[in-house]
Amino acid sequence: MRPFEYTRAASPGEAGQMAAAPDARFIAGGTNLLDLMKLQIETPDALIDISRLDLAAIERTDDRGLRIGALVTNADLAADPDVRRHWPLLSRALLAGASGQLRNKATTGGNLLQRTRCGYFYEPSARCNKRMPGSGCDAMEGINRMNAILGGSSACIAVHPSDMAVAMRALDAEVETLSADGATRRIPLGDFYRLPGEDPSVETVLAPGELIVAVVLPPPHGGWQTYRKVRDRASYAFALVSVAAAVRLEDGLMRDVRLAFGGIGTMPWRDQRVELVLEGKAPSDKLFDEAARLLLQEARGHGHNDFKIPLTRRTLMAALRETTASFEEETSA
Amino acid sequence: MHDVTLTINGERRTVALDARTTLLDALRDHLGLTGTKKGCDHGQCGACTILVDGRRINACLTLAVMHDGDTVTTVEGLGTPDDLHPMQAAFVAHDGFQCGYCTPGQIMSAVGMVGEVAKGWPSHASASLNGKPELTEAEIAERMSGNLCRCSAYPNIVAAISAAAKDTEASS
Repeated sequence: MRPFEYTRAASPGEAGQMAAAPDARFIAGGTNLLDLMKLQIETPDALIDISRLDLAAIERTDDRGLRIGALVTNADLAADPDVRRHWPLLSRALLAGASGQLRNKATTGGNLLQRTRCGYFYEPSARCNKRMPGSGCDAMEGINRMNAILGGSSACIAVHPSDMAVAMRALDAEVETLSADGATRRIPLGDFYRLPGEDPSVETVLAPGELIVAVVLPPPHGGWQTYRKVRDRASYAFALVSVAAAVRLEDGLMRDVRLAFGGIGTMPWRDQRVELVLEGKAPSDKLFDEAARLLLQEARGHGHNDFKIPLTRRTLMAALRETTASFEEETSA
Repeated sequence: MHDVTLTINGERRTVALDARTTLLDALRDHLGLTGTKKGCDHGQCGACTILVDGRRINACLTLAVMHDGDTVTTVEGLGTPDDLHPMQAAFVAHDGFQCGYCTPGQIMSAVGMVGEVAKGWPSHASASLNGKPELTEAEIAERMSGNLCRCSAYPNIVAAISAAAKDTEASS
């Protein structure tokens, strides 16, 4: 690990000002950042410790939504009684990710900002535009079994690895931030991530020193919800494909359809055209297949990951069958 | 250098550390507590699992300086050779190891995990998010997936944890 200056921030405002300096980083749970620092993939000059800030509350908003402090751990969020009852998709996605030890440390804000696990990003001798802009991408012609089939560019096909963020996208989450100059803003999660384009090293719209202080969810969706994750091991493995699905059935017709996808996109993926195909219609395999075709019409495999295209279709079909059949985790909004 | 004060296994200790020192290296190299093991050093194997303020974490993936003022429990603080913690006794009774290298991490993780179950936390293996979790084999395997055993002593590890958890429940 390269040397760095360590400071424990006394307030969110102070943290933002200190982290606005070039090559400064916030650190909270540290489970991803320290992993990368040990490999010298991340080499910050300064670490601003935000872990003691008062940002760990989960509270209902005035409109019956939920405000989740940036420092709420993945474990606490998954186990929160209100989340389990009213946003079960979020609990399920969190519990499908990482290990018990990591969930006790990893935070809500940090989870959104975790970096890809693309093997070429993690291998300093490989070319990687995300790690070293302009160097090229060895994943494109390499062992790209885990890489993206949607949202990629000629510069990068790295997958965003989060399960939590996939559920958050389906649930219309917004990210609340505090800028280094003291300004606050709310960013819909759909506008938060950047596609890789020509410079995949820039992954979000956050400015230097801009601190995530909370994630805000709108009122409960109230329908059937599931998070279906397909992976190489039964536990503690990143998704090959995952589907977050929420559907309400009214008189046999699908309403408020929400679908988001992990393991296949360069960002937590959502395509509202797919939801509109299903909206207001009776569930059927024929319709589910039509939705899958629309989702995947621009999907592109790169050799080793070609299998993700049919696997995504089948996982989406299974998730839709599950949410439109009688299912245990009905929410009571 | 940073002065870091920790309450470790009930004893207050202060050490001067480089900011880069992980909690794992602080325990092993600066405080003489070598019961906590270094396996992968990247949070993948669980050999370094300890309890901080009662919660299980990977000691390799956190900086000691970030834990100034915290309470740490390592395997040395769990029991003694003459007075084993019930989880340690269960690992012995059920032969829950072969080489033993992962064992301190397995035991610390299991103790933390049983506490999570007592609080009603569901897991990926739980059929319901809202019911009282039952520690079936599938639940133990899921909840312990952050601890690897290269000797593959898993069946006996699961048996040990299952027995210790039942004893804990019976006595509480």
